[in-house]
Amino acid sequence: MIPEACQKPRDLLRFLTAGSVDDGKSTLIGRLLHDSGGIYEDELAALSRKSSAHGRSFDPSLLTDGLKAEREQGITIDVAYRYFSTARREFIIADSPGHDQYTRNMVTGASTAQAAVLLIDVRHGILPQTRRHAYIASLLGIQVVIVAVNKMDLVGFDADIFHRLRKDYLEFSASLRVRELHFIPVCALEGDNVTAKSPRIPWYEGMPLLQVLEMVEVADDRISKHFRLPVQTVIRGESGFRGYAGQVASGRIGTGDEVVVLPSRLPARISQITNYRLQMEEAHAPMSVAITLREQMDIGRGDMLCDPEHSPVSTRQFRAKLIWMSELPMRSNQPYLIRHTTQTACMSILKVLHKVDIHTFAEVEAGSLVLNEIGEVEIQTHKPIFCDSYSSNRTTGSFIVVDPIHNTTLAAGIIMEPSVEDPNSDPSSLALPNRGPEDRGLTVWITGLSGAGKTTICEAVHTELLARGHRVEMLDGDVIRKHLSRELGFSKVERDENIRRIGFVANLLTRNGVVALVSAISPYRAVRDEIRQEISGFLEVFVNAPLNVCERRDPKGLYKRARSGEFRGFTGIDDPYEPPLSPDVECKTDSETVKESVDKVVAAILKVLS
Amino acid sequence: MMSPRHFSELDELESESIYILREVAAQFSRPALLYSIGKDSSVLLRLAQKAFYPAKIPFRLLHIDTTYKFREMIEFRDRVCRELGLDLIVHTNREALAEGANPFRLGTTKCCALLKTKALLDALREHEIDAAIGGARRDEEKSRAKERVFSFRDGFGQWDPKNQRPELWNLYNGRIDKGESVRVFPLSNWTELDVWEYIRREEIPVVPLYFAAERRVLVSGEKLIIPEHESPIQKDDVPALMKIRMRSLGCTYCSGAIRSAADSISGIIEELKVARRSERENRLIDHDEDGSMELKKREGYF
Ligand SMILES: Nc1nc2c(ncn2[C@@H]2O[C@H](COP(=O)(O)OP(=O)(O)O)[C@@H](O)[C@H]2O)c(=O)[nH]1
Repeated sequence: MIPEACQKPRDLLRFLTAGSVDDGKSTLIGRLLHDSGGIYEDELAALSRKSSAHGRSFDPSLLTDGLKAEREQGITIDVAYRYFSTARREFIIADSPGHDQYTRNMVTGASTAQAAVLLIDVRHGILPQTRRHAYIASLLGIQVVIVAVNKMDLVGFDADIFHRLRKDYLEFSASLRVRELHFIPVCALEGDNVTAKSPRIPWYEGMPLLQVLEMVEVADDRISKHFRLPVQTVIRGESGFRGYAGQVASGRIGTGDEVVVLPSRLPARISQITNYRLQMEEAHAPMSVAITLREQMDIGRGDMLCDPEHSPVSTRQFRAKLIWMSELPMRSNQPYLIRHTTQTACMSILKVLHKVDIHTFAEVEAGSLVLNEIGEVEIQTHKPIFCDSYSSNRTTGSFIVVDPIHNTTLAAGIIMEPSVEDPNSDPSSLALPNRGPEDRGLTVWITGLSGAGKTTICEAVHTELLARGHRVEMLDGDVIRKHLSRELGFSKVERDENIRRIGFVANLLTRNGVVALVSAISPYRAVRDEIRQEISGFLEVFVNAPLNVCERRDPKGLYKRARSGEFRGFTGIDDPYEPPLSPDVECKTDSETVKESVDKVVAAILKVLS
Repeated sequence: MMSPRHFSELDELESESIYILREVAAQFSRPALLYSIGKDSSVLLRLAQKAFYPAKIPFRLLHIDTTYKFREMIEFRDRVCRELGLDLIVHTNREALAEGANPFRLGTTKCCALLKTKALLDALREHEIDAAIGGARRDEEKSRAKERVFSFRDGFGQWDPKNQRPELWNLYNGRIDKGESVRVFPLSNWTELDVWEYIRREEIPVVPLYFAAERRVLVSGEKLIIPEHESPIQKDDVPALMKIRMRSLGCTYCSGAIRSAADSISGIIEELKVARRSERENRLIDHDEDGSMELKKREGYF
């Protein structure tokens, strides 16, 4: 055996297979698995039992059929993942169904694939299906396409037929972008040009399929792109450790490097990069790491660390291609949820620009999209997302659309051109149908210490309510102090005045059928109760975390400054916080997950509104 | 400091799994890690440590104990949980056991349904678990090849293989209603060989039954059964002494051993590289009937 140290570690190639029914896809995959030694004896034994039941000696296609329901219908419905490896590489096959009605499944398989093997039955030539498969592969950004021209045995291994087919393919696919395109004549059933070069096809000078798959360049172009790391979660440890955890989406980063944090746009420097007990000088895509920064900053899930020179576009409006995946048709100006990197926001589709005929690639006019249709749309979100075009970055350029009521995934989205936002646009509006005057308003008063988690909960609740079609406004204590209460300080009198102003605005909104989400420390019980009396429709939410927990979190570094005496009268330190005596909802953020807290608040609100 | 090294397929798999575990922590209220004590669970546990280090693993561990597990498994489980300070829930279907549930009386299908599937569904409900993380891999068994990484289960814990949510890029949709749940499989893309290579690289402790040793076994046709619990076969047969190991661990009755000389991790890896037989062939449960695993999974089996 070769000592481990001398072996170059294997790498990983994910590829998609697609073909029309009966082109021989299952047979080809079965061949690949079988001839590369990926099939065990007991599986083979079971297989030959079945093959003879089907009246065959050896049918490799039986290796890959999956679910019973499909077996009974004799078709492949869903994407199935298969695994095999050679000395050089480990392969993951996303085996996708071929039929028209399974476009969404093929898109699913293609979304994570680096290469695609498209099957063509040499007798049928280019079919509408072939064009569709080629289009989807290119749309999903697959850079390497291998066209396997199958059943060469049935045309006597004729070179002319193969070359004509190749020419036809090149002609129709001229407008589709790929980096590498290979054509291989094969006979999947008997294994010609699958894992070994076929003596029966001497005129073919290229490599057999497996060898092409082994040679395909996967040296990730993700690494050479600009640095982006969407934050998944924040990890806190002893002695103030605060690690921003996530998978590097693109590029590389080293300790000491400067990054910019979105959405705040604040610059920061990388202090440490860790993976478990390993301290690393550098990280690159697609590593999962935890990063600490030299600066103390308020960063959470959905924020992004980026290359300061080349940061993504931060925008609430962009054009995208949608592949519609649901039986429910698409509707414009309807609230949906968008999941983009680690962010969730409320979104709506402003208009459909056109849909694509995936056989002719022509753009045709459309007002909506139904299952399996692909179209280009204009999207608006309620808060900025940080994105690149899909063609320049697959991670920051992709998203899914989720149904806020049924929770299902409705569509896959590919960002075409993120437009730089119009600075004059109203940041709180989202094109949604106006609800009627019968809508009830409500003031949701979120109180708690600095760092207890009010804003995090408030923002998530905001998204949820918007997605359910409610009119919502956020009144954040910090924002109000920058505008409405600019001149006020932090004495008891001034604090009470500030709270009264917020209460006044909340009352106006509530009267007009808006859900006003107030997020303010509001430390004094008396003034909170006073406001409660004034507003009809009031819900008090106590975001409760012990002072020592808030102080350890210290997201804005305020506790530290208060402790050092830099400012006086800081709630919790040298000014009292009077907790609510009977809040409508209490969120214990030191023991609950964010999701748990948000769910509680949303449930309480919906109960009042219904 | 670590010197830059080639980013291998193991690194890529590790990174993907850590990403998935962090998504679970961010997207769910009460996740739990289904800990089955086997090699896959051991890898899962290490990945969870890595994902949240230096903080503690933010999930509870759940072990569904049929009481027919190997003694060495239970000892190993308790030691690992103690050493890592993990919060372990052990759940057993006591009612079924009191009524005498065992595979000889009920057949393996029924026995699994009561002691594993029902016990699991009860435990998930009792502890209000909305995401159950398991160590299953797609390469293990045919019906798993189409399983999603985030696999949706309805209010009855059931799986509908024909109506799965599309799973695009790495954008996992974990949005569910109350009472529904998601099974999460962070090791979806790992193969058996990957698991062992990772165990070697990371020096992850595993149950000693995986390593070949001289053990007393009952020979029943092609099956080698380590006699630990009373069973009907035991009465007539005399155990033989053989050098054997377990390739996958489960209940004593239903997990067969294999003849092997592999007494180290490297030995196991070498053995796997030339292995001609699949991992689960010594498991009785998959062979009950064609498509049996799929049927179980529809009902809520892991
Ligand atoms: N003659 C011949 N038949 C083939 C070849 N490849 C597949 N077939 C047959 O074509 C039929 C459809 O193959 P299958 O793999 O099930 O197609 P799929 O629907 O694309 O998965 C089966 O009867 C195969 O045996 C080939 O290279 N030559």
